Amino acid sequence: MAEKIFERKVGKPVHPGDIVVAPVDWAMGQDGTTPLAIQSFEEMNGKSVFRPDRVVFVIDHNAPSPLESVSRLHDLMRSFAQRFGIRVFEVGEGVCHELMMSRGLVVPGDLVVGADSHTCTYGAIGAFSTGIGSTELAVVMMTGKLWFKVPESLCIRLSGELPPGVFAKDVILHIAALLGADGATYQAIEFHGPVVERLSVEERATLTNMAVEVGAKAGMVPPDEKTIRWVRERTDRPFEVVLPDPDAVYAKILDVDCSGLVPQVAFPHRVDNVRPITEALGIPVREAFVGTCTNGRIPDLEVVARILRGRKVHPEVRLIVAPASKETFLVALERGWVRDIVEAGGVFVPPGCGPCVGTHQGIPGDGWNVISTANRNFRGRMGNREASIYLASPATVAASAIEGKIADPRKYLG
Amino acid sequence: MRAMRLTGRVHKFGDDINTDYIISGKYKFKTLDMQELARHVMEDLDSEFAQKVRPGDFIAAGKNFGCGSSREQAPRALLACGIRGVLAKSFARIFFRNAINCGLFVVECDTDRIENGDEVTVDLERGEVVNLTRGVTLFVPPLPQVMIDILREGGLVNYFKKYGSFEKA
Repeated sequence: MAEKIFERKVGKPVHPGDIVVAPVDWAMGQDGTTPLAIQSFEEMNGKSVFRPDRVVFVIDHNAPSPLESVSRLHDLMRSFAQRFGIRVFEVGEGVCHELMMSRGLVVPGDLVVGADSHTCTYGAIGAFSTGIGSTELAVVMMTGKLWFKVPESLCIRLSGELPPGVFAKDVILHIAALLGADGATYQAIEFHGPVVERLSVEERATLTNMAVEVGAKAGMVPPDEKTIRWVRERTDRPFEVVLPDPDAVYAKILDVDCSGLVPQVAFPHRVDNVRPITEALGIPVREAFVGTCTNGRIPDLEVVARILRGRKVHPEVRLIVAPASKETFLVALERGWVRDIVEAGGVFVPPGCGPCVGTHQGIPGDGWNVISTANRNFRGRMGNREASIYLASPATVAASAIEGKIADPRKYLG
Repeated sequence: MRAMRLTGRVHKFGDDINTDYIISGKYKFKTLDMQELARHVMEDLDSEFAQKVRPGDFIAAGKNFGCGSSREQAPRALLACGIRGVLAKSFARIFFRNAINCGLFVVECDTDRIENGDEVTVDLERGEVVNLTRGVTLFVPPLPQVMIDILREGGLVNYFKKYGSFEKA
């Protein structure tokens, strides 16, 4: 699938390992990476932006600004964008990756680069998207092109049926354990099988989002009717779906039977340090976080609200919720989930990256255990090296917030 | 044209050193001042690391160096701190590209043969690392031509100022 997208973009056959220079459909930068891209753009004497309508800046990582120095960097982005006619998603619009998909920008078959490692998320709708650096973003803004090494593909077949209380997040954490943090380096992962077919587009995005946590360049789901409907609800832009050939060659095929899967937890301080929930039960937690480009979407807030409805967050726990976008927040408001969560003792922070990246809005205290729906649990990731981060599904995070210790969500979802 | 051969002293680290460890998000979002960021390089692993580095030193690490976030501040802060290159058994792909684009040497080799404090010479022309302290020569797989060309110019900014596109090199 990845090869076929590159072939279409460069107009000739390509093979894994080939170096190609390809035109990109979208380039995205966020507030942690774009200021450096602007600096590089100026250093290269950039005079114009190749296709300003296909460049997007998002202020989400440190938004609203907690510091005057950050406000200056945000203003740098705004003035650059205004000068060249680039669209800016402002403070509170949401997480960059959610906006690129849900606002109908990216369509299946697109080649997308973003100065953020989780750009790989848009493979959920069959785009090839990958993370790049700031100077590369500057070059793409100037020329509309970038060099790529065509990746091999790794096929992951998810068979069986997800048991109740087990979610896409549990599947991808399980895969991280199977592959290890570098198990798919430089490869494009394709997710296949009946489990993937039954997942919503939002849930598929949880899988593709974490492809980078096993080193992959991209994570992709072959588009189906559900994908096409989802995209068509958001944009009229024409697209041509790219599907893997029936006889596609994979570097490796991994079969995962999901029927026996239980909720999974990634222990500190590695994403691939994953154990079944049974080995995590009872670990005390002081902070619980729901949100991020992995798990801040509508199905995520829905299950959290469902578990918290009529219950209380443990008095020793701070439950912080960051919706992935303004629209997600509004849906949660309309459907009463905000009330469910707030009455239970949770607190909403603005749509955006929230405390995931350690800049603001929920930096844990010394010695705290945090249970989080995010994608990374590196020491210090949330801003304090003396805290420990456990990663799990939104359901597991909600159940743990109630009990003040890591808890099995299945008893709340009977 | 930059030299493709460098000699320096090694600081040894383990596997899966992520970009949050190289430079934490709590610093990198605040400033474009790499000298400021350089003071916090590797802080969560070794709070005195920045003081230990002498200009021209190398880092040697295990597998998957630079995994995690795409922050180009990671290689830039290493350079600002005085580190000229990273030797590792393998690299995460975004870091690898970013490093080349900033002019930081990234060298795949068997780092089990290198210990903390060893003196090494990296020669990317010949594709080898010589551990001067231990008298062993390690093989380095060749880089794609585009990366060699970028590194020769000292990074992507200079490369682009010279060539103006990837196709003209």
